[in-house]
Amino acid sequence: MSSREIMLTAIRRGLRRGPLPNDQGAMLRGRLDQHPRHLIPARSRLPHPEQTALFAANVEKEFGSVARVPDLDAVPEAIAAYLAAQNLPTDLVMAPHPELQALPWQTRPLLRLRAGRAEATDAVSLQHAFAAIAETGTLMLPSSPQRPTTLNLLADTEIVLLRASRLVGAYEEAWDLLRTEFGAMPRNVMLVTGPSRSADIEQTLELGAHGPRRLHVVLVEDA
Amino acid sequence: MHVATSSAFKENARSALADAGLQKALARSGPSFIARRTAALAALPEFEQLRDIARDIKNHTLANLDFYLEAWEAKVIAAGGRVHWCATADEARDAVLRICHDANARTVTKGKSMISEELGINDHLERNGITPIETDLGEYIIQLRHELPSHIIAPAFHLNKEDWEDSFRKSHTDLPQNRVFHERRDILTEARTKLRQKFLAADVGITGANFLIAETGSSVIVTNEGNGDLTQTLPRVHIALASIEKMVPTIEDCTSLLRVLARSATGQDFSVYTTFSTGARRPGDLDGPDEYHVVLVDNGRSAMLGTDFQDMLRCIRCAACMNHCPVYGAVGGHAYGWVYPGPMGAVLTPSLIGIDQAGHLPNASTFCGKCESVCPVKIPLPKLMRHWREREFERHLTPHAVRTNLALWAYFARRPTLYRLATRAAALTLGLLGRKHGRFHKLPFAGGWTRGRDLPAPEGDTFFARYAKEQRAGRLR
Repeated sequence: MSSREIMLTAIRRGLRRGPLPNDQGAMLRGRLDQHPRHLIPARSRLPHPEQTALFAANVEKEFGSVARVPDLDAVPEAIAAYLAAQNLPTDLVMAPHPELQALPWQTRPLLRLRAGRAEATDAVSLQHAFAAIAETGTLMLPSSPQRPTTLNLLADTEIVLLRASRLVGAYEEAWDLLRTEFGAMPRNVMLVTGPSRSADIEQTLELGAHGPRRLHVVLVEDA
Repeated sequence: MHVATSSAFKENARSALADAGLQKALARSGPSFIARRTAALAALPEFEQLRDIARDIKNHTLANLDFYLEAWEAKVIAAGGRVHWCATADEARDAVLRICHDANARTVTKGKSMISEELGINDHLERNGITPIETDLGEYIIQLRHELPSHIIAPAFHLNKEDWEDSFRKSHTDLPQNRVFHERRDILTEARTKLRQKFLAADVGITGANFLIAETGSSVIVTNEGNGDLTQTLPRVHIALASIEKMVPTIEDCTSLLRVLARSATGQDFSVYTTFSTGARRPGDLDGPDEYHVVLVDNGRSAMLGTDFQDMLRCIRCAACMNHCPVYGAVGGHAYGWVYPGPMGAVLTPSLIGIDQAGHLPNASTFCGKCESVCPVKIPLPKLMRHWREREFERHLTPHAVRTNLALWAYFARRPTLYRLATRAAALTLGLLGRKHGRFHKLPFAGGWTRGRDLPAPEGDTFFARYAKEQRAGRLR
C-alpha cells in the first residue's frame, strides 16, 4: 500500500466508515463550490466613506501611514512628498502594472523609476493594490506578471497605490472580487497589514524585521 | 527527532523555578500576552460566536478529512504543485531530503514551523550535508544556541537581551567583538543583515502551513516578520510542511479561523503577512518558486481520530492556552521536555511520543480551566488531560504510593458515615494541634505539601458537620 492509501485508510478507520457515499460527497462538493460565508463582524458594515476612514485608522494603528489624494494625477507628487519627508532615496522599483505606468511621472522628474521585480538593492518599492479590507486595514496583493511578490518584501519602504473604489469592508468581499476577476487562485496572495515587525526579543515590538520597515498607502479617492 | 525529556518533568520544573534568567523572562512576557489578547477581544463583540464557528468548521473538516484531503490534492496538482503523502516522521524527513537533493541544494532557508521541530528536519538535513537556516528571529537564535523553542509562537520566550547579545557575539565572528548593542533594534538589524544574505543564497525554502485549503489547493502561512514570505518566494523550490489536520474546506472557512487566530495568539487583529500559496510560478510571473511541494504528514494524527483525543486535532497553534496557564507561567516551555509545551502540549505530546514517556505532562495542571476558556476552537483541554490520567492509571504507570493512597481514600469515600467520622476527627485534632500558630510548617505524611508551603490549620468543624448543624438550627427557628 502507498503512504497515501495507508493514511486515507487510517483516517477512515478512525472515522469508522469507508469512503464517503456518493450523495454525501456531492453535498461536500456543493459546499466547496458555494463556499458559504460565516458570521461577518459588524464593524466593517458601514457607508463607503466611513469604511475608508476605518481602513486608514487601522493601517495607522498597525504602524503604517496613509496619504489621501483626489485623483491618479496627484500620485507622483504625493510619492515625491512622502520620500522627501522621510528623507528617503528617490529611486523606485515599480510594479509593471498599466495603471502605474500610465501615471504622469514627468511631473516629478527627480523620481527615477524601474518597472519589474524587486532586487535586494532596492530601497523603495511601489506596488499596486488589487483590493483592501477596512475590517483590519489590510491590503490584498495577489501575484501576477503585473504585481511581482518581491515588491512586498525586499525594499525597506513599500508604497502601495490603492484606489478607494477597490476598498471593501470584510475579507469575504475581497475574496469574491478575486474570484470574479482572476478566476483561478493566483500563485500567491498576500494579505498585508502594516509593516514587518518582530517581538521575538523580550516580547517587545520592533518594526522592520525582514520585510519593509515602512508601509505607506497612497489612497486615490475615486469612489 | 528531538530526544524527549518529558519523563523528567519534575526535575526540569525544579531547575526552571531556580533559573533566575528564565523567571525574569516569564515575569516580563506572560502578562503582556494576556493583556493584548484581552484588548483585541474587547474590540470584537462577535468573538464568542466566532469561536463556536471556528470549532464547528474544524469538526466538520475532521469528520470528512479523507474527502477534503483528496479534493485538496487534486487542486494542488492542477496548480502545478506536488503532494508527498508521509505516514511517518521518517517518510517526511526523507521526502524533504529527496526534494533538496533533486534540487542540488546546499543551503535551505526555513520559515517557522512546529511540525519541522516535531520531525527534526534540521538534524536530518545537516547529517546529509545540507545546511538549514532558520529565519524567524526567535527560531534563528534557538538554532544558534542548539535549543528547542520554549513557546509555539514565541520560540525565544525564555531569553533576555543579554542572551541575544552573547549568542550573536559568539556566532557572528566576522563582526567586531567589541561592538555595542545599545537597544533591541541593534540586535534586530544585525540579524536582518545576516539573514538577508542567506535568503538570497538559498536553493530551497521550507515553510510550515497554518492552513491547507481544499477549495483552491492552497497552503497558508501567517507571520509578522516577512521571513516566511522571503523563504517561499526567493529560492527555486518551495516546500510546505503540513500535518493533515491543517485542512479547511474553503477560503471562507479559513477566513473565519483567521479572525480568531491572531487575536488569540498575539492580540493582533490580523497578522502582518497572511499569505496563500497555490502551486508554482505561473507563465509571465517575474518571481516565485519554480517548484511547489507539500509534504503532507500524518505522524500519529489519524490514530487520534475517533478517540477521546480527536478534539485536539482542532488546535490551530495559537498558544493562548500556554499564555494563560499558571503552570507554564511558572516553569516555562522547556520543562515540558519536547516540542509542544503548555496545556496543548500536555495533551498532544502523549499522543505523539507515548504516555509512558510523557505521563507527567497531563498531571502538570491545576485544572483551573483557563486554557479551555481561552481556546479559540474550544478544545476541552482539562477533560483531555483527565483522559490521559485515566489511561496512565489503567496502564499502572501511576506511582505505587499514589495508587495506594488513592485506594485508601476510595475505601473511605465509598463509606460516607465512616468518611465523615474520620474527616471530622482529623479536622478537630488538627484544629486543636494548630490552634497556637494557625498553620503547620511540618506534618507527618504531608511532607510533599509542607516542603513548599504551610498547611493552614482547620478552624472549627468540617463542612458536613457545620451544614448539618445549620439545618437543625433552621428547622428549630
